[in-house]
Amino acid sequence: MTEFLLTGGRVLDATGERAADVRVVDGAIAEVGPGLSASAGATVLDAEGCVVTPGLVDIQVHFREPGREESETIATGSRAAALGGCTAVVCMPNTEPPLDDAAVVQAVIARARREAHCAVLPAGCITKGRKGEELAPMGELYDLGVRIFTDDGDCVADAGVMRRAFEYASALPDAVIAQHAEDPALVRGGHMHEGAWSSRLGVPGRPAEAESSIVARDLQLAKRTGGRYHVLHMSCAASADLVRAAKAEGVRVTAECTPQHLVLTDESCAGYDPSFKMNPPLREQADVDGLRAALLDGTIDAIATDHAPHAPETKDVPFEEAPPGMLGVETALAVVLTTLVEPGILTLAQALAALSWNPARIGGFAEHGSPLTANRAANLCVIDPAHQWVVEGNRLASRSRNTPWEGWKLTGKVRHTIYSGVPTVRDFDVQEIW
Amino acid sequence: MKHLLSVDDLGPRAEIEKMLDLTESFVAVQRREIPKVPALRGKVVVSLFYEDSTRTRVSFETAAKRLSADAMVFTVSSSSVKKGESLLDTVQTIEAMGIDAIVMRHSASGAPHRVAEWTSASVINAGDGRHEHPTQALLDAFTLRRHRGPSLDGCRIAIVGDVKHSRVARSDVKMFQALGCELTLVGPPTLMPERLDGWPVTVSHDLDDVLPDVDVIYLLRIQRERIGEALFPSIREYADRWGLSAARVERCKPDMLVMHPGPMNRGIEIAGDVADSTRSLVTEQVTNGVAVRMAVLWTLLGSGGDFV
Repeated sequence: MTEFLLTGGRVLDATGERAADVRVVDGAIAEVGPGLSASAGATVLDAEGCVVTPGLVDIQVHFREPGREESETIATGSRAAALGGCTAVVCMPNTEPPLDDAAVVQAVIARARREAHCAVLPAGCITKGRKGEELAPMGELYDLGVRIFTDDGDCVADAGVMRRAFEYASALPDAVIAQHAEDPALVRGGHMHEGAWSSRLGVPGRPAEAESSIVARDLQLAKRTGGRYHVLHMSCAASADLVRAAKAEGVRVTAECTPQHLVLTDESCAGYDPSFKMNPPLREQADVDGLRAALLDGTIDAIATDHAPHAPETKDVPFEEAPPGMLGVETALAVVLTTLVEPGILTLAQALAALSWNPARIGGFAEHGSPLTANRAANLCVIDPAHQWVVEGNRLASRSRNTPWEGWKLTGKVRHTIYSGVPTVRDFDVQEIW
Repeated sequence: MKHLLSVDDLGPRAEIEKMLDLTESFVAVQRREIPKVPALRGKVVVSLFYEDSTRTRVSFETAAKRLSADAMVFTVSSSSVKKGESLLDTVQTIEAMGIDAIVMRHSASGAPHRVAEWTSASVINAGDGRHEHPTQALLDAFTLRRHRGPSLDGCRIAIVGDVKHSRVARSDVKMFQALGCELTLVGPPTLMPERLDGWPVTVSHDLDDVLPDVDVIYLLRIQRERIGEALFPSIREYADRWGLSAARVERCKPDMLVMHPGPMNRGIEIAGDVADSTRSLVTEQVTNGVAVRMAVLWTLLGSGGDFV
């Protein structure tokens, strides 16, 4: 019997907040309540002054395996995720080869079972080869556990294909069609948000309407087909308005946005540093404000990071030549705590809903994000909200270092992460679990 | 000033005017029997051009040689770059040879800003993507000042053509604004920058409307490939609506001047006889380019004091 006792913390989950210790026995929560005493042989994990919550769930990460292992692997990416408090992630299918085939998906799942520091569920492609033409074998992938289907990295631009994807997936309970909403015809050749800064910097732009026009179209298709739709990394206020209206109409839609889109603007690109390049791009203050409002009123359900590692040599190039993408999984919670919770924009409970229980529901993770009660799987995160630290790309667990938060002083850090009853992070340090 | 990446690096108006005054002294040097001074003896200036531009490159090399610097050319098309060497590695390789300045042209906006982070040498932007071309702006200001100066306050300039894709326009707008000029951007809406927040300009889509009021018409080079991007329908329609023809010049002020950064598309943005007329400063712009670049190199690399 393996027992861990989390003592002295405050438990916060979807049911509320209370002072309580948590006893974990053999992978499951055994007991939650005040003043629990450790059994003989139990390991006590100090949670004094900390918040004990369901493990975080990041439904959009790129772990680059297979194909780009020089920038990240399931092993390194999931260690970063554990350090960021995650017990589950959904990894995107734009690998090489892409996750459009049962054998490749099986290989990723098998590798994750041997090497990962958290649950790693692959998303599957909507179309073969992510080409936007023929449907990938969604049913076969679904049978392997895949619930999120997306061609992320690319938009499914063809409305007819998107319609068929919605229709086909509606036969697969809880499957969701997730869109990288950027109309390729409007963003071709663009490298940053099209606005005052791109005009000044002479960098070809990607207009916000490239996103909102696709979201508008997809919402109509979702409405017509009854399909389930998820907007990945929503970046502009106009898209949020469309999703808000669609939710009011009863369309089955969810949305996520990233910490960077909630905090940074296109002005970050003024120094031509490719660390601030991503798709969809960092937008304007009005969009940041619109996304924050949408998060507050529930239009945006989840915060996901789009953790997109790129090896240093691919980012040490001119801005326009660099691939888009930023690290995020290890810093997301701390960035949200520092920039949104501490200034009073979000409550801690709202932040954790967006970082844990809402995304767990979207991703179909039954064993993550649920309230801390006896007999549930022990997937937990213990946050020290007062811990201060400085982000240094070189010291992150990712194999890459392309963080937009380099040098930021953050308040709040994950002290312990328990994945399936096993500490993957203990006293801020990642544990060797394999 | 360590690098010249943007017109912004030149500083406020007084500093820009100092650079233009310094350029005058280098024009004087160029008139000498032996147009060469020992000012930068022992300094090494490397040109690193990722886009073909014989004019600008030769202008910089001539400037460096007249200052007695060693002017080296790193030929991108026949070098390790062809073998896949990254910009960072190329810069580190050049730097390892011991150099003082990199004169750089690149198709990506901001590429020289990256290089400036990677090297201890001075970086001079000789054109980056659509962003800036600061020595072009200096030579434009210098040339115009010789005709309308010393003060350019209130001088009305129309910049006509593909402003959206033009690094010359971005630098000239900053330069002429700093010197007190009034600027109008003219061209089809598709060739204007998407957002002009903070640009000290007015915009017109009608060249004929603007003609009678301006002191200078600055024409930008139009590129055929923009037709394929659906930015305008045809060369013929462009020339008809925004080309500076002899007939249009007739409707301008008698002392209106014509400028163009070159190379010109005769018969498209500028009629041949306009280009060759006495109003045209085009050749003079090229001539002044060398003196301007001498002034820039001396300012960045010189030890101060006299350059004689």
